[in-house]
Amino acid sequence: MRWFWIDRFTEFVCDSHAVAVKGVSLAEPHMHEHIVGYPIMPNSLVTEGIAQAGGLLVSEHYGFSELVVLAKLAKVSFHSYVRNGETLTYRVTVDSLRRDGAVVSATARVGERLHAEAQLFFARLDESNDVTGGVPLFRPRDLRHWLQLVGVFEVGVRQDGTRIREAEYPLVETSAVV
Amino acid sequence: MPSSEEIFDKVREALVDALGVDDDEVTPQATLQGDLDAESIDFLDIVFRLEKAFDIKIERGELFPEDILTNVDYVQDGKVNAEGVAKLKERMPFADLSKFESNPIVQNLAQELTVQDMCNFVEHKLAA
Repeated sequence: MRWFWIDRFTEFVCDSHAVAVKGVSLAEPHMHEHIVGYPIMPNSLVTEGIAQAGGLLVSEHYGFSELVVLAKLAKVSFHSYVRNGETLTYRVTVDSLRRDGAVVSATARVGERLHAEAQLFFARLDESNDVTGGVPLFRPRDLRHWLQLVGVFEVGVRQDGTRIREAEYPLVETSAVV
Repeated sequence: MPSSEEIFDKVREALVDALGVDDDEVTPQATLQGDLDAESIDFLDIVFRLEKAFDIKIERGELFPEDILTNVDYVQDGKVNAEGVAKLKERMPFADLSKFESNPIVQNLAQELTVQDMCNFVEHKLAA
């Protein structure tokens, strides 16, 4: 299983909000393993999708060059079941951005139906809370590949509407990876 | 400038939302870690909520000067030295550190921070 819980961004406005979609398919193993005989999208993975969408939006604020981790789910509630053949739309909105982290509010909808609401806290891990002895946890090229796959540079804009470009970010290998 | 009661009400709301505790658990004397079970990551959450509730900007280390507690000039054998305590008092004029001073083990500082200290902090920020 590959840990991609959003398929594509359809909007990505730096420091503001993003919208990402996730198609739910019977081809995914978890649909058959969560509740046997009744395939639904696990809410834990909906939460992961929201966290990935929000995390990338926050990560952009730090130039895609810092380690940003989901620190806390302050609130999360679910209102329905998501079935195969449905498309989840995640909207993540930046409530607050600081040097040491960010707060993001999010919704997950299927069409007009509100499926989930959440508030997430992301922490930026910098040199003062170094957990890996200065060695990066992931390769910049892997992050670049992920950003390309989910279309960040196809739809990403700054708040003034100008496009963001891949070359503006340090997404190249600079040191060894653990 | 809001009254002390108004500040307490907003601080209580922030703590209820951040820590998932009941209104009546948030008393002025309650300690954040000891009584309300706040964990280190909750402090970031609390800071975000206080900033929003009072429209203030709280810099890193302002509420809780972790830089002093990790500085070898101020901490020896897990205890904050006299110079460190003086520095903490300077940086935390809003907090009553008298109890901490009697046994200045680093971990005790967070343990002894009370809801009233948070209210004092906000009042101190609003008056600045």
